[in-house]
Amino acid sequence: MDFALSEEQRLFADSLHGLLADRVTIDALRSHAEIGSGFDADLWNSLVELGLPGLLVPERFGGAGLGVLDAAVAAEVLGGAAAFAPFAGSVVMATLAFIHGATEEVQDAWLPRIATGDVRFGVGFSGNGGRVSPAIDAGAPTHMLVYLLDGTALVVAAEHASMRSHRSIDRTRPVTDVTFDTARALVLDAANAPLATMQRVLDAGRIVLAADTLGAAQHMFDQALAFVKQRVQFNRVIGSFQAVKHQFADMVTMLEPCRAMVWYAAYAQDALPDEARLTALQTKAHLGDVGRDIARMATEAHGGMGFTDLLGLHYWFKRISFNRQMLGGPELCREEAARLQGWIA
Amino acid sequence: VDLSLSDKHRELRDEVRAFIVEHGHKSPKLGGGRKRPDRKALDWQKLLVDHGYVARTIPREYGGYGAEPDVMEAAVIASEFAAAGIYAGLTNQGISMLVPTLLEVGTEAQKRLWIEKTIRGDIIWCQGYSEPGAGSDLASLTTRGVLEDGHFTINGQKIWTSSAHYADMMFLLCRTEPDRPKHEGISYLLLSMRTPGIEVRPLRTMTGRAEFNEVFFTDVRVPEDQIVLGRGKGWYVANVTLKHERSMIGSAEKMTTRLEQLIALLKSNGLLGMAEYRDRLLKLQGEVIAWKAHNLRLLTESAQGVDSGVKRMIVKYGGTMLGFRLASLAVDALGTAGLPFESAGEDAEDDDATTWNIDYLYDVGLMIGGGSNNIQKNIIAERGLDLPREPKVARA
Repeated sequence: MDFALSEEQRLFADSLHGLLADRVTIDALRSHAEIGSGFDADLWNSLVELGLPGLLVPERFGGAGLGVLDAAVAAEVLGGAAAFAPFAGSVVMATLAFIHGATEEVQDAWLPRIATGDVRFGVGFSGNGGRVSPAIDAGAPTHMLVYLLDGTALVVAAEHASMRSHRSIDRTRPVTDVTFDTARALVLDAANAPLATMQRVLDAGRIVLAADTLGAAQHMFDQALAFVKQRVQFNRVIGSFQAVKHQFADMVTMLEPCRAMVWYAAYAQDALPDEARLTALQTKAHLGDVGRDIARMATEAHGGMGFTDLLGLHYWFKRISFNRQMLGGPELCREEAARLQGWIA
Repeated sequence: VDLSLSDKHRELRDEVRAFIVEHGHKSPKLGGGRKRPDRKALDWQKLLVDHGYVARTIPREYGGYGAEPDVMEAAVIASEFAAAGIYAGLTNQGISMLVPTLLEVGTEAQKRLWIEKTIRGDIIWCQGYSEPGAGSDLASLTTRGVLEDGHFTINGQKIWTSSAHYADMMFLLCRTEPDRPKHEGISYLLLSMRTPGIEVRPLRTMTGRAEFNEVFFTDVRVPEDQIVLGRGKGWYVANVTLKHERSMIGSAEKMTTRLEQLIALLKSNGLLGMAEYRDRLLKLQGEVIAWKAHNLRLLTESAQGVDSGVKRMIVKYGGTMLGFRLASLAVDALGTAGLPFESAGEDAEDDDATTWNIDYLYDVGLMIGGGSNNIQKNIIAERGLDLPREPKVARA
């Protein structure tokens, strides 16, 4: 038994972190927030060079053939940098939709193009007809992947869909309403288990968003800790006040077990089928709650500066808030967990 | 991450399972610790020692099983016993604190004299640390030990002394070098509870039970050679044990069991249909999943010899808070049915019986004992996050 990241996972996280530290500076974040599409061609191309889009694509289709845990590790780094790049939907959910819910022939047509970064998917879930609201990673996709209520998966080119993006609370990622004519869509074949496949894709997306929140919350915590170690008031660094110390003790006590939780849930998706659904739902819910608390307390620890645009801490605050609501907020995820366990009808 | 067991650990798991099938009926019931272990518990303890399911890494010459340290083995054993609802052996301060301390700093004679009898349950120890004026600030203790004619003469008072009313022996911190700085003036002594001059007064707690005691010392004479390591080394000796502290192998299992019992309670009360109760239960389930995973991470780091730092320091604070919240939901789910005096367990005939109400009250004690939560938060912040210590206030 070994519950730790592998050497490869740590190295990959380090190189992704290094790349993002160069590319996603606070100035870059500010200027991307003016556009707010959640996609930047230069950044995307360097992520392609690193092999990020093909992370989950099987090797025979040109990818790295890795699992949800590896995706979660990458998502933590992306969240920590507040990187404006499609990932949860485009790289993780869409890839898994093809792996688990498409014929070999369709996989052959699409998976290699995901790995090269040539196609990017917005992903959404549709209540009825062809209207999807809101979709994830849909600010500037080449294609949309849309799940209907019964688990049917449709793929449609972006130019055949009507896409309306709105600036979201997280100015680096929009929310997008999509309408399209189902007649123009390719229907993926999930053999006999369309609902189970949809849930698997959705749960992987939830874990990746939870991991993104983990990274963003850790970043805010680290910033706040560094701040209270140097800020002086009453002739003392404010981190020497017990009230401040205890707030940091509370934060780290909440946050650190979240990392193990994300690893566990991500690992479960590929290795522990009996626990996969419950841990995904609970992890999405728990990280939503912890993320909000950390975002609030880390901002508060900065005093007035935390509230300013100047410091830019709010990009992470808003990213955490965005992740919380997408693919089911904590209350909805917990209700689904209750149904899953037969606690309610 | 790979949660599958290695061949070696799978074999051990199968061996433990076979043991439980063959001998499980001899196990005493779970819980306990408030009374001296009875015949059944002692026989069971000896069976576990002989099979290496407790005292596994204690050298054979001191009565242990002599296995190489392997935290995964300990985890496999703990998890099999927990899953089967079987008593995993005595947990007392002699076994968890004194034995590892003697192994590290005791003399050969002390090891041979005490370790085997302690792990087999034949000798029960109590810990004489806290005093009315020295709780969180333990190093300020004032119980005196004066060396004269080959004996330390002890005068003073200890408090919160669990099991002192039935213990055979005590490991004691007392001040033997009053002229030295406070941390350097303390010695660690071993003494019989039957020494003349010791008076034990039970201390009833809010659970309604005498969970611990006050112990008074009047001219209690302790032979000089019953000191561990030497004069003025007591603070160091007391801290030796801390490095051996293994994360929470036991309590993660306990938390899971509690959660399962809580789910069963809410199901039987029909409360899962009420959103308020249901959401509280679901939140707690999420936290238990997180802490269990965290425990796996600590276990792995411990097996790899990595110092987990702040990750380990948060366990006591986080764990006791979660435990209290689990018990709180149970008490709320019982509603008025949990209010009658009997259900609170206060006059339970069996002193070792536990109820949700007792857990609910006892958990408050766990947040205080062994370093209160406010002290834990200082430790997390100062040692774990490297925040500066509080400036010293000039003495009045």
